[in-house]
Amino acid sequence: MKTTLTVNGETHELDIDPRVTLLDALRHHLNLTGSKKGCDHGQCGACTVLVNGRRINSCLALAVMHDTDEITTVEGIGTPENLSPLQSAFVRHDGYQCGYCTPGQIVSARGMLSEFRQGWPSHVSDSLTEAPDFTDAEIRERMSGNLCRCSAYPGIVRAIRDAAPEETDGKEAAE
Amino acid sequence: MTQQLKMDEVQPRLLDETGQGVLTTPLDRPEGPLKVTGTAPYAAEPSLPGMAIGVLVGATITRGRAHVDAGSLRDMPGVLGVYTAGMARNPAQGTANAAPVQPEGFVQYHGQPVAVVVAETFEQARDAAIAIRVTYDPEPGAEVDPETASHVDGDPETFGSFDKAFSEAPVRIDATYTTKGHSSAAMEPHAALAAWKDGRLMLRASLQMLKYNRNEIADAVGVDPDKVRVLAPYVGGGFGSKLGIAQEAIAAALAARELGRPVRVVMTRQQVFEMTLRRTETRQRMRLATDRDGHIVALGHEDRVSNLPDEVFSEPVTMATHFLYAGANRRYHHEIARINRPGAGSVRAPGEAVGMLALECAMDELAEAAGLDPIELRLRNIPDEHPETGQTYSARSLAACLKRGAERFGWSARRAPGERREGEWFIGMGVATAARTNSLGESQSRVTLNPDGTALVETDMTDIGTGTYAILGQIAAEMLGLPRDKVTVALGDTDFPPAAGSGGSWGASSSGSSVFLGAKAVRNALAEKLGCPPDELRLQDGIATGGNKRSAIADLLDAPISEVGHIKPGETAETHSSASYGAHFCEVAVNAVTGEVRVRRALGVMAAGRILNEKTAASQVHGGIIWGIGAALTEALEHEPRDGRVVNRDLAEYHVPVNLDVPDVEVEFIEERDDHANPIQSKGIGELGISGAGAAVTNAIYNACGVRVRDYPALPDRIFPHLP
Repeated sequence: MKTTLTVNGETHELDIDPRVTLLDALRHHLNLTGSKKGCDHGQCGACTVLVNGRRINSCLALAVMHDTDEITTVEGIGTPENLSPLQSAFVRHDGYQCGYCTPGQIVSARGMLSEFRQGWPSHVSDSLTEAPDFTDAEIRERMSGNLCRCSAYPGIVRAIRDAAPEETDGKEAAE
Repeated sequence: MTQQLKMDEVQPRLLDETGQGVLTTPLDRPEGPLKVTGTAPYAAEPSLPGMAIGVLVGATITRGRAHVDAGSLRDMPGVLGVYTAGMARNPAQGTANAAPVQPEGFVQYHGQPVAVVVAETFEQARDAAIAIRVTYDPEPGAEVDPETASHVDGDPETFGSFDKAFSEAPVRIDATYTTKGHSSAAMEPHAALAAWKDGRLMLRASLQMLKYNRNEIADAVGVDPDKVRVLAPYVGGGFGSKLGIAQEAIAAALAARELGRPVRVVMTRQQVFEMTLRRTETRQRMRLATDRDGHIVALGHEDRVSNLPDEVFSEPVTMATHFLYAGANRRYHHEIARINRPGAGSVRAPGEAVGMLALECAMDELAEAAGLDPIELRLRNIPDEHPETGQTYSARSLAACLKRGAERFGWSARRAPGERREGEWFIGMGVATAARTNSLGESQSRVTLNPDGTALVETDMTDIGTGTYAILGQIAAEMLGLPRDKVTVALGDTDFPPAAGSGGSWGASSSGSSVFLGAKAVRNALAEKLGCPPDELRLQDGIATGGNKRSAIADLLDAPISEVGHIKPGETAETHSSASYGAHFCEVAVNAVTGEVRVRRALGVMAAGRILNEKTAASQVHGGIIWGIGAALTEALEHEPRDGRVVNRDLAEYHVPVNLDVPDVEVEFIEERDDHANPIQSKGIGELGISGAGAAVTNAIYNACGVRVRDYPALPDRIFPHLP
């Protein structure tokens, strides 16, 4: 089945089995293996990508459902030579150990910060209508869909708190 | 040249004399930029030309013979083959060094792999693995309940006169604790990519101990180990589940050879739960007694665990109980129920992780019975010598950890159970000892100093998230007087010198000692070139000084100096009882209505000899403590009572802690050197954090609300019926 995926600003024409998930299309058809498969059931968050600026579990989506969508993976956030503020903060605060959940954490954090800036409430927010305070509890709740079995959570929270003021998606801000 | 050392005697503390100042320092991991950008390659990620994809097929009976009907896939598109010969029953146990059981179609637990279906694409292979017809001849005699098993191994072991001492003591507790099974549940599912060329196998896989894994896969597929190369530069977590070669790697290698194409096999998350080695459930009876002064006079720790009929591993539940506390009269009875649940093996801190859930909770109960503060009870029972072997202890800072932790945590503010309440929450504090045995494994690495002032460390050691890339580079840089970024560390390739591997908390000390020895040999060569005795050589920032001479290190070399360091355990392992120690402190809130438990604060004060990198070491302790929180509050493998299968076989039903479940865990290290451990005076830290951590949580629950949970995990339904 023919489909067009726009990933990190680059357009790819694919002719793929309709059963291919967005995650497998990224990993094995486009060789973008930064997005990880941890459970293939939307339970761990390692496959988190942004679709039109919003975070999703790419293992729960079929690639052909995202024809023409704008997809951002961890590879689109920074490179080893040019890390984003969030990526630098994860290194500085040891917000990982084995590193397997890390791309999902970083993409999810990017999406989460955008949701936060838009005033979305969460389970731990005091109010559903007023802009929530950027507390550690808010970070933890909003990042609880990204499991880390190494349990680098303390470093993950510190990294996100530290990088939040600088980490913005320029494109999203312009929209 | 090889610099070899057998650890027969205490070695000089050379790392306290070197001047570079990069060791212990909390440096960032050098591979960090790759991990945060998704460019570190894990096992399943590289592709090879012509690669086919395999998916494992699990049995749907508990015991009997499976017949796989390959012909049932005749019309499935893309299917290239169905392979059944040589499928492994379960992963090899850690350090097995030989193939696991390959039962040729005989099933001994529900979920055991019986075939691998290989197709052109993952989607085709997955659908075919679901569609394939497997018929069974079930055999009677499957038993899945450890409590009613008809075959139980194990004998009692007694020191002194336990029964008499226990029955005559003025203060006694007798309590039984249970723990459910646990899954390592590393984020990266088990994955392998196998390719054959000219009779040689290249295996990329997610593994912890490559030296052993090479022999295991070679044995499993029937080739000489010299014909096998195993690669595992990045491993997405292991926690024991990747110690030995697992079924997907054996299946990939066998299928690739038959098919004549590279084959990749990745377990599904459900298969990871069903097929890899679980931590056994346990039942533990603790009998502790003291005299009127709170000195333990009798200590009994009897346990029942389970495993498959002929697996040699059994959870060493009483590991820490043997050496942690005094008491002349002791009794153990380790029972292994032989049942048809998935195989049991090492999961982070086998022994201590579950044994100390019982021991450290029992100590809390004993303290109350004796009318003592639980810290005071522990301090009074730190033994002078090993109570069973008479061995001397190597460095042991348990008392310092308990005292420092009490001070930092504000232990003196702790009140009696039920006395502290905030709204609908009871608040309480708990303490537990941390202890994990320490050992040294034979390990080698090659250290090369180049004329351009850079260095290279090569070993088949793995970094499973533990910080190996960081600490081996720091040891080499410290020894060679180089900035950290001048040293490259290459790991995870059996073409490099063989290391101990990652397991049993011995990786950093063992591979670190080999790098130390290799670098020491390089130093000796430099001293000779400079013309000074090795003792006088000083290396710092690329400059060598000694014997009134001074030179840039680069100027001394016209060719690389390459030396292999080789460490072996020796006499000190016999003469001394070596362990890492610490103290866990925890504050919880227990909901007075629902029984929900929230961990509000956690502190670990740890002593593990020389700390090699304060940042990665702290992360190891964070991880351990959070695993302890999981074991205390949420993690439990549930087995179907009729067929033994794992019911909660995914991450939605098996509850590992999530971010909101844990507070900002604090970690502090007590300065220590363990001279008897190894030549770098360090000890293991990867499993220390979990050992005892869960008991600090349940002890805090008791202090909060007066409910003593003895059946882990402390789910709300085990608490709220008993709330005041």
